[in-house]
Amino acid sequence: MGVQVKVMQRPEPGRTSYLRAALKGMALTFRHMVNPNKVTQQYPEEQTDLSPRWRGTHVMETHADGRPKCVACGLCPTVCPANCIRLVGGEDDNGNRYPIVYEIDEFRCIFCGMCQEVCPVEAIHVGQDFENAEYSRDRFVYDLDRLMEQDHPSTLLWDPSDPRSE
Amino acid sequence: MEPITGIPAILAMLAKVVAIFTAVMIVVAYTTYAERRISAWIQDRSGPNRVGPFGLLQPIADGLKNILKEETMPATANLFWFVLGPMLTIIPALIAIAVVPFAAPLPTPWGVVDMVVADVPIGVLWVLAVSSLGVYGVVISGWASNNKYAFLGALRASAQLVSFEVALGLALIATLMLAGNVSLTEMVWQQQQLDWWYAFPLSLAFILFVIAAFAETNRLPFDMPEAESELVTGYHTEYSAMKFSMFFIAEYAHMMTASALMATLFLGGWDIPFATWDDAYYWQGQYISGFDEAGAPIAASLAVWKSLATYVVFSLKTGFFLFLYIWVRWTLPRFRYDQVMTLGWKVLLPVSLGYVMIVASAILVLDYLGVAYGFLFGLVLTVISGLCTIGFLFFLDRDRVIAGAAVPHRLDRPVRMPDTRVPDTAIQGD
Repeated sequence: MGVQVKVMQRPEPGRTSYLRAALKGMALTFRHMVNPNKVTQQYPEEQTDLSPRWRGTHVMETHADGRPKCVACGLCPTVCPANCIRLVGGEDDNGNRYPIVYEIDEFRCIFCGMCQEVCPVEAIHVGQDFENAEYSRDRFVYDLDRLMEQDHPSTLLWDPSDPRSE
Repeated sequence: MEPITGIPAILAMLAKVVAIFTAVMIVVAYTTYAERRISAWIQDRSGPNRVGPFGLLQPIADGLKNILKEETMPATANLFWFVLGPMLTIIPALIAIAVVPFAAPLPTPWGVVDMVVADVPIGVLWVLAVSSLGVYGVVISGWASNNKYAFLGALRASAQLVSFEVALGLALIATLMLAGNVSLTEMVWQQQQLDWWYAFPLSLAFILFVIAAFAETNRLPFDMPEAESELVTGYHTEYSAMKFSMFFIAEYAHMMTASALMATLFLGGWDIPFATWDDAYYWQGQYISGFDEAGAPIAASLAVWKSLATYVVFSLKTGFFLFLYIWVRWTLPRFRYDQVMTLGWKVLLPVSLGYVMIVASAILVLDYLGVAYGFLFGLVLTVISGLCTIGFLFFLDRDRVIAGAAVPHRLDRPVRMPDTRVPDTAIQGD
């Protein structure tokens, strides 16, 4: 199988009326100008519908009593290709592991969602959110409290039985 | 009613200068707004609509932004000419409009005020002279920037402006012959007397003038001097903040002058169509609105509301051309540079030259036959010009002048496409 070249079938230049084409173009642009259906979304008033699989800034799920679901297993910093997760785990008196430090640098993050995929207890998620502007750069390192406070919905994982999320 | 004289005349003159300057600046500001809105609508967007109601304060925000922005000075630029360039560009653009009459004479308690800043007898020549000074600003700023793209843009600008000025002037000659004068006030009067706007009896001159005016104002499809895809932004690449803004204002002021000029020369200026009550002209010491059957002058009745009505009509005509500028810009793609030059020198120049000959002969024959300057005179010229226009459009079209990129079809052999298919054997060898 070779590379295929598609040759455009154009009429001979001598048989093409450029003036008529120009006038047709003018008519077309005029029709679009008076067309009331504009595609612009008036953004702050009109919000975009994000896909349920949109991957934005992270969310840490919590238990009913407010503790993070994270068990500090260390899988997410291991799998993270951008190396943006910093995790220091600890153990309480009952022998339950919990994160002492859990920080995600959202600037380094590439939003691949592998941390969510790998998490055994469904604690860390990427979220459906893009409005994450801040006034200073250090505000982009999200610590554990910040991750737990995030109130946007978390991203759905890809479902192989429904590959197009329909 | 007598024309205004003495101290009130000087005050009226100053008032007109201030009013016209302000009006031009406001129209320029809102033409940029209109350009952005209309281009957005054409592309099914909504355009700037955030600053004030419907985004109407957007030009003010833009102006503020441009004043507050940092002025950058390229280290290798020639500072003196670099600063002088924008000024040389903006001043001719703003003063050319001074000779365009924008309304019927306005009666005041102190006398009648002509609604034109400077009713100089050399009207059209003034516009041509001053507007071609604008190219100095472009060339100087392009050269002083010490940037190859700016320099190329400046070179293109000078070549293009010189080329199309010839066609522009020759298209004008037809109107000057028909009007028998170069004063723009007189031109409006002659169109009122002919009962035809010059766009009809001189239709080919009108088309040539519109094309040449597009090229003269560096607007698409002739924006060679700033062709973004080739020259960054051409001659004003190195300019920032208010100096860039001055080029911008100059471009739109040129557009406005050209629109006002086209409206005056070919669409009867402030003349209201199908009406004679607005006609007024200062003729041998009195304002007249025409001549009766015996050739005696009819005195004009001037009124403030008539001046206002004619002003509105003039604004509508100018606005139509401004809209045409924007509409064409967002429809037609840019010409190639050699196509622009071909169009200027090989098409517009000979066609306008030939057309001047035809119109001159027609006017001469009509005068010889004793046809009075009036409706019939215009009708004959309209038919002749209509035939010329059809011939010109036929000649221009279907690849006789404007050609696409494919040239070989002119040779009597098939176009050979390069065979870029990779043979199967080459892949199997891997």
